[in-house]
Amino acid sequence: MKFAVIVFPGSNCDLDMYHAIKDELGEEAEYVWHDTQDLSGYDGILLPGGFSYGDYLRAGAIARFSGVMDEVRKAAEAGKPVLGICNGFQILTEAGLLPGMLMRNKDLKFTCRTVSLKVENAHTLFTNEYKEGEEIRIPVAHGEGNYYCDDATYQHLKDNNQIVFTYAEDFNGSRNNIAGIINDRGNVLGMMPHPERAVSDLIGGTDGLPLFRSIVKQWRESHVSHA
Amino acid sequence: MKKVKVYVTLRESVLDPQGSAVMGSLHKMGYDEVQDVRIGKYLELIIGDSERDVDALVDELCNRMLANTVIEDYRYEIEEVVSQ
Repeated sequence: MKFAVIVFPGSNCDLDMYHAIKDELGEEAEYVWHDTQDLSGYDGILLPGGFSYGDYLRAGAIARFSGVMDEVRKAAEAGKPVLGICNGFQILTEAGLLPGMLMRNKDLKFTCRTVSLKVENAHTLFTNEYKEGEEIRIPVAHGEGNYYCDDATYQHLKDNNQIVFTYAEDFNGSRNNIAGIINDRGNVLGMMPHPERAVSDLIGGTDGLPLFRSIVKQWRESHVSHA
Repeated sequence: MKKVKVYVTLRESVLDPQGSAVMGSLHKMGYDEVQDVRIGKYLELIIGDSERDVDALVDELCNRMLANTVIEDYRYEIEEVVSQ
């Protein structure tokens, strides 16, 4: 399976993402510059964390108009897995590919530590290698991860099982502790925590690996009939 | 040519942690009269002469990029700029 790691000016988790896919997962990954006009050769799209365009105006507000974003939208419409982590999540909400918005953490602090997450939905293409309700340890590193949406949007997310991860304990003010959500169709996931930083015991844990394995497993299963 | 002053503010329904922190500090300084602080953004745009309706244009800019209407409201003022 071949992944595109989109690189915006100011991305800084692109190397970690690349390493997770290439070295820990053993799949193909390529860095793709943000003005690329063609993503048709990739099976999965990864939007890494960082501070695209310095978070000017709002986090993700400028990156969402990058040339590559039309292609990301097309990939999402084609049903390809699209994963946005941290700043990638912020870009996906700004682009309208996911509902809601990430606001400044309630305590105004940039929080950088490993936290416990609950897997709320293990029936997605991103989480089938986890158990439902499982608690996993994944690092967070953000100042603007306070997920906000209106009541109607929250109800919709809840009714459709689109809340994929929640924080075991509130620290940033996110609505109902939301840490990650998927779109209606289930192929676009945005999350603030960094699974790509939890792929080796050497760096403190491997709880992020099942997420990437899930994507590959689902892809293999859906492509085996065409082989 | 026109100068457009755009004010982007958090919606009333949205908690503003920065504003709350500033208000807390003002209270500690003794300014008990301050009942609320909301922090927003101020942008100045210079718009060249165009056939487009400037209000429609600014609304479009605000809705597409300058404000995120999920949590923000915006308003603006338009001034004529006399070129030198």
